[in-house]
Amino acid sequence: MNSPLTSVTLFQLGPVPISEAVVVTWAIMAILVLGGLLFSRRLALVPSATQAFLELIVEAVDSQIRDTMRVKPGPYRAFIGTLFVFIFVANWTTLVPGIDPPTARLETDAALALLVFLAVIWFGVRSGGVRGYLASFASPSILMIPLNIVESVTRSFSMMVRLFGNVMSGVFVVGIVLSLAGLLVPIPLMALDLLTGAVQAYIFAVLAMVFIAGVVEDAETPKRTSP
Amino acid sequence: MNWLALASIICAALVVAIGSIGPALAEGRAVAAAMDAIARQPEAASTISRTLFVGLAMIETTAIYCLVIALLLLFANPLLA
Repeated sequence: MNSPLTSVTLFQLGPVPISEAVVVTWAIMAILVLGGLLFSRRLALVPSATQAFLELIVEAVDSQIRDTMRVKPGPYRAFIGTLFVFIFVANWTTLVPGIDPPTARLETDAALALLVFLAVIWFGVRSGGVRGYLASFASPSILMIPLNIVESVTRSFSMMVRLFGNVMSGVFVVGIVLSLAGLLVPIPLMALDLLTGAVQAYIFAVLAMVFIAGVVEDAETPKRTSP
Repeated sequence: MNWLALASIICAALVVAIGSIGPALAEGRAVAAAMDAIARQPEAASTISRTLFVGLAMIETTAIYCLVIALLLLFANPLLA
């Protein structure tokens, strides 16, 4: 059985080895971008079925942002929505035979967690300026600065390991069961895998929202003098 | 089979076995509390279940960490290289 921690190199692009996860990631990105372009070209006031479905997704993302962050969803919709839709589609690529989800590889999850880490800095600087963002590290009291710095790194790491562990364990368990008993037995596990994939996509988006909301709130509320 | 490999395999099994006890108990308590809250206040069911899902995923992460450690022991053990 292959180790879940190493990735399979499909071909070399010059000096860069291209793994299977990268190819699948780019395929998902191409499908999502092309689908977005195609379906948003003819928007009508009275929506067709597909437009209504897409509007449903956007509305759901908006309402989640409103509920979780308690701000207007406008500036955050693109980032959070993309995260959710991409991870959701990536986790559900187990439905296509012969394709492992790219989120079951550590590199993809590391990239996603890094994006969230950078987005927290970006949104924090944008809402409160560099000073406001740096001041948010001292938010309950000045003694918390080292802890807050450590936390901002470890929580990204924990997001990475969480997504990787959940998706990879699903793929791994299905692989083990498939090697023990062939037909029909892995189906319930695969269904559970789909549920886990959907929940993990949601969790990842919610955690990104919570982290961004924390730094935005800290920057927007006027700084109280610590006792 | 040398002793390091044997120890790694046994420790991997122990990590998963012992490490999943805590999250299992915690998830049971969380679900029980959420059921209780939904039974008292059915109109808040959507908010409660949303928070419950996030909380469960958080708790589950502990078990997932144990799984990752076990897989590291089995597949990426620096002592066995």
